[in-house]
Amino acid sequence: MSTKKITVTINGETHSAEVEPRLLLVHFIRENLSLTGTHIGCDTSNCGACTVLLDGRSVKSCTLLAVQANGKNIVTIEGMAKGTELHPLQEGFKEEHGLQCGFCTPGMIMRAADLLAHNPNPTEDEIRWGISGNLCRCTGYNNIVKAIQYAAEKIRDTGSDSIPFTTHTAETTA
Amino acid sequence: MIPQAFDYESPATVGEAIALLQRFGSDAKILSGGHSLIPMMKLRLATPERIIDISGIKGLDYIREVDGFLKIGALAKEAALEESDIIARKYPLLLDAAKMIADPSVRNRATVGGNLAHGDAANDHPAVMLAYRAEIVATGPKGQRNIPIDEFFLGFFMTALEPDEILTEIRIPIPPAGSGGAYKKMERKVGDYATAATAVQLTVDGSGICQQIGIGLTNVSAAPMRAQRSEDALRGRKLSDELIKQAAIMAGQDCDPNPDLRGSIEYKRSVVKTLTERAIKAAIERAMNA
Ligand SMILES: Cc1cc2nc3c(=O)[nH]c(=O)nc-3n(C[C@H](O)[C@H](O)[C@H](O)COP(=O)(O)OP(=O)(O)OC[C@H]3O[C@@H](n4cnc5c(N)ncnc54)[C@H](O)[C@@H]3O)c2cc1C
Ligand code: FES
Ligand code: FES
Repeated sequence: MSTKKITVTINGETHSAEVEPRLLLVHFIRENLSLTGTHIGCDTSNCGACTVLLDGRSVKSCTLLAVQANGKNIVTIEGMAKGTELHPLQEGFKEEHGLQCGFCTPGMIMRAADLLAHNPNPTEDEIRWGISGNLCRCTGYNNIVKAIQYAAEKIRDTGSDSIPFTTHTAETTA
Repeated sequence: MIPQAFDYESPATVGEAIALLQRFGSDAKILSGGHSLIPMMKLRLATPERIIDISGIKGLDYIREVDGFLKIGALAKEAALEESDIIARKYPLLLDAAKMIADPSVRNRATVGGNLAHGDAANDHPAVMLAYRAEIVATGPKGQRNIPIDEFFLGFFMTALEPDEILTEIRIPIPPAGSGGAYKKMERKVGDYATAATAVQLTVDGSGICQQIGIGLTNVSAAPMRAQRSEDALRGRKLSDELIKQAAIMAGQDCDPNPDLRGSIEYKRSVVKTLTERAIKAAIERAMNA
């Protein structure tokens, strides 16, 4: 079975790698690129811990092959903050106690980034439906909803982007 | 969980994809959104030698009304159905169903073509397309052919697609004035497959007579099924609560569910009856307000 060369942009950086077609995107992100903020929870596309943005849309990276991301733009939780300045969603989760153990948090934040990019002013109901593919075993969700509301307001007030537009394009090889 | 090793092809056109299917035959599998196939490969329930990823084929994700049909390209995603104006205005049955399929991140990948080609009675689109009396367009080495939806689902995970054919388009006849539809689905939790669900699409005239009706049932038979006796009980008749109730009882009797973690046979029949009654009533209300 032959390997494939893929080139993907992750958090603004372009990476090329020779991969086995069966390599899952989440393993490529965690193991080849050492970006371990993206978690593996269920490994069966149910929990959303592995959520990343693929061309601006949230996807479950445990159910994608790395080869399917060839030529595409990926954002992971590591791409959300600008240096030491937290993304409004990260700030919201901190301010509103949107996490306890934190295992679900990166996936929740990436999913919420897609939600707010398409619906900047969601109702509570729309937020709850919007994160229905992401499970949290700790918080009971109420504070997650508040965290997303916090971020929605901040993004609207400051006119910032829900999905960071990363301009850094250093070429590296995984 | 890691799939068995395979070779990977990403054709740029339908023609290239068909040529690959002809070359590799039953060793090859088409990949669209991958949200049915990849989970099966991870569990090693599917072990294809070669994956032909058609998701990069351009221009196969349209949703538009032409020549009397709503034409949906096979690669249109569930998320695109949810976000489409034309579907929001004229295809409430389709919108109801799309919103209840899996969860938002899965809907960002899952395609309508893949949902139907998978041939799984647990999927939601088969019942919806049965209710709409849709047609499937299959493209193969000899060109295109149209398959009426009644002839598409042949059995458990079996469709009328030939091994060298690709499902390229779904055609829904544009509903005439006085039409409405609804999808009622019972699921154990958000994002689950249906315990049971009923899809109804109907047309009523000014005097409340049912001109046309299609009823499809989800996850209560080996192959996706129509509730034909229920349809016949309503077609051409003036719709009343009593008649609707009778039709719903028939749907509960005619389905053929398996007992599993989602419930016993008796329970599922009862769910089908209730959902069918609700779906018919919701469809009528929408037809009246259309
Ligand atoms: C967590 C989860 C929950 C889900 N819940 C639901 C649900 O509630 N309701 C529901 O309906 N679905 C549900 N699904 C299934 C999801 O909608 C699938 O994505 C869909 O059924 C298949 O579409 P796909 O594009 O992902 O197809 P793939 O997984 O890429 O393909 C599925 C099958 O169809 C074949 N195929 C695909 N496209 C074509 C084509 N154009 N021509 C010929 N053959 C083709 C493939 O070879 C494969 O055998 C769920 C999936 C997950 C992961
Ligand atoms: S690890 Fe991907 S959805 Fe749970
Ligand atoms: S904070 Fe622990 S799973 Fe969500």
